[in-house]
Amino acid sequence: MVTTAISNKPSFSQTFFSSLYKVENGERFRTCLQCGSCSGVCPFGYLMDYPPGRMIAGLRADEFDLVMESDTVWMCVSCYACAQICPSKIPITAGLMTRTKEELLLAGNVPTELQSALENSQRYGNPLGESPRKRADWAIGIQPPVTILGRDRRPVDVLWFVGDYPSYHPRVQLVAKSLAKVLNTLGINFGILGPEENTDGDTQRLAGERGLFEMLTEKNGKIFSKYQFEKIITSDPHAYNALKNEYPALGVSYPVQHYTQFLAERIDQLKPLLKQEIPAAVTYHDPCYLGRVNGVFDEPRMLLESIPGVKLMEMSHNHTNSLCCGGGGGGMWLDGFQWEKAHARLSEWRVHEAIDIGANILAVACPYEPPRFEDAIKMTQQAGRVVVKDIVELLAEALG
Amino acid sequence: MNIIVPVKLVPDLVEELSIDASGTALDTAWLRMIINEFDDHAIEQAILLKERTGAHVTVLSTNVEGVDDLLFTAAAKGADRLIKLNGDFESGINNHTLARAMATILRDLKPDLVLTGVQANNDLDGSIGPQLAEYLGMPYIGYVSGVTVSGETVIVRKEYPGGLIVEMEASTPVLLGIQAAEQPPRYVAISKVRQMMKTMSIEELDLSTLDSTGAPVVNRMFQPEATGRATMLPENADNAANQLVTIFKELGVL
Repeated sequence: MVTTAISNKPSFSQTFFSSLYKVENGERFRTCLQCGSCSGVCPFGYLMDYPPGRMIAGLRADEFDLVMESDTVWMCVSCYACAQICPSKIPITAGLMTRTKEELLLAGNVPTELQSALENSQRYGNPLGESPRKRADWAIGIQPPVTILGRDRRPVDVLWFVGDYPSYHPRVQLVAKSLAKVLNTLGINFGILGPEENTDGDTQRLAGERGLFEMLTEKNGKIFSKYQFEKIITSDPHAYNALKNEYPALGVSYPVQHYTQFLAERIDQLKPLLKQEIPAAVTYHDPCYLGRVNGVFDEPRMLLESIPGVKLMEMSHNHTNSLCCGGGGGGMWLDGFQWEKAHARLSEWRVHEAIDIGANILAVACPYEPPRFEDAIKMTQQAGRVVVKDIVELLAEALG
Repeated sequence: MNIIVPVKLVPDLVEELSIDASGTALDTAWLRMIINEFDDHAIEQAILLKERTGAHVTVLSTNVEGVDDLLFTAAAKGADRLIKLNGDFESGINNHTLARAMATILRDLKPDLVLTGVQANNDLDGSIGPQLAEYLGMPYIGYVSGVTVSGETVIVRKEYPGGLIVEMEASTPVLLGIQAAEQPPRYVAISKVRQMMKTMSIEELDLSTLDSTGAPVVNRMFQPEATGRATMLPENADNAANQLVTIFKELGVL
């Protein structure tokens, strides 16, 4: 008779499975029906070696180490489509996908492109690797001048958390300038942190760098506590998500609004000022972290409809089943990696949807999107007439 | 195998550099320091050797701002021992001075292999590798992009211009100037670096007298001069093409 010693040491699958229980509603992983909806709705599920449903099956079969050998989890753009559709309401994105990326990152299995964005975030406080001293350079020349709290030393009503791309990316700086114009026109007493602001870290967290996220939260929290303000607003749904849902658990808690919410509250004051007509068929792309994750669907549409001449129309994916632009969860910094695997970009898919319904303007509300969609338009035939505008750019234009 | 990796922090080019009032050195007021890229590769190569054949890796650097982060990051990658060297670096330090002072310390550490970056962006007086090798009486091979160790023999891959790669054999102890590790320097999660800050300690050693003789004296430093030779063409394709044809004709190309 042959006897085999059974090890008491828990396997990797078991340790990993129990770590999922620490995530909010993590016990629901036990209730997976293996219906496969998550893998089907995942925009890149079709080319993952282990789409979410199979990952859960792998956990149950005690074979999660096989999942860890594959790099296709880096195709996950943390768009929450899987978590949204799951009939058992399993926290697939927040738990399974993010924890898997964390484990891969701890094991040093990180695509090189992503590595530099993470290193830049740690070193310079922004994933683009730009000089922190130049973080407020976009605001030079704006009248009345934008208050920088560390320089101007005065209390404000609203702290505007500008974010990385509006601060540095030449295309998205235009969005920042538009928001400054709208806030100035409404007479809002606002200020920014300028060189003291660090990246919010949310996308880095969803790309598996939890430690970096905690460090950035600490840094931003320390800066926030130096100044007097009533609330925070931001044009970045990722920053909004971090400040609203993640920072409080780490002891950094302030009221926060996406700018579309902030402006929608002031629609009575804003609407009479929108005199310049914009005659266009406009469609709105719901950003994952504004819509699906945080339930903000109506305010952006209300703002667009307040612009004279705008005819609002919906793409086939809208509201909760909106299609990700491909920038989330680290996708913004994995373009080459994802292109190699997919030979397609989600942003191009989305642009096709806008063309199909005959939209002239693809309206957005997330700083990842103008450059992503504009690049996609260059790659898409018949897209010539479609232009990409952040909602606040349209508002600024309508102010005349 | 005892591997020593001397590394240094160099000016980070993400910030614009300016020259100080004396006109002979960089203004340090806004200077950020970053690990010399080639030194980062030297650390990676040392860790790869440790993983492959087993080795004890010591990383050492001068005690300037940012050195603790650099050393703890190296530890998170797998370095076993961390050393920072104390001395008066206020007025800047050249490679002649540093090589002389570090040689004494390196000799006491009895290395089999010394790996250092082949060059750095602030090497005004030559790279440090050959100078160190001279003081230590070791052979030196530079522009190395791969190392294999077998007993007391190392086989290195050295790059030459024109894509030529040569394999060389040397006996330990030997000093190598690393151009590139066999794989890009790895990423370590911040949580691992933070863990090292709690568990690892950095030893401090004092550099003896700093003797700066032998290095060239900087009389004046210059900013690169901007020139106005670029011509911007109009955005309209037809106008741009017309202007381009005119320019080509003026230059005698067409």
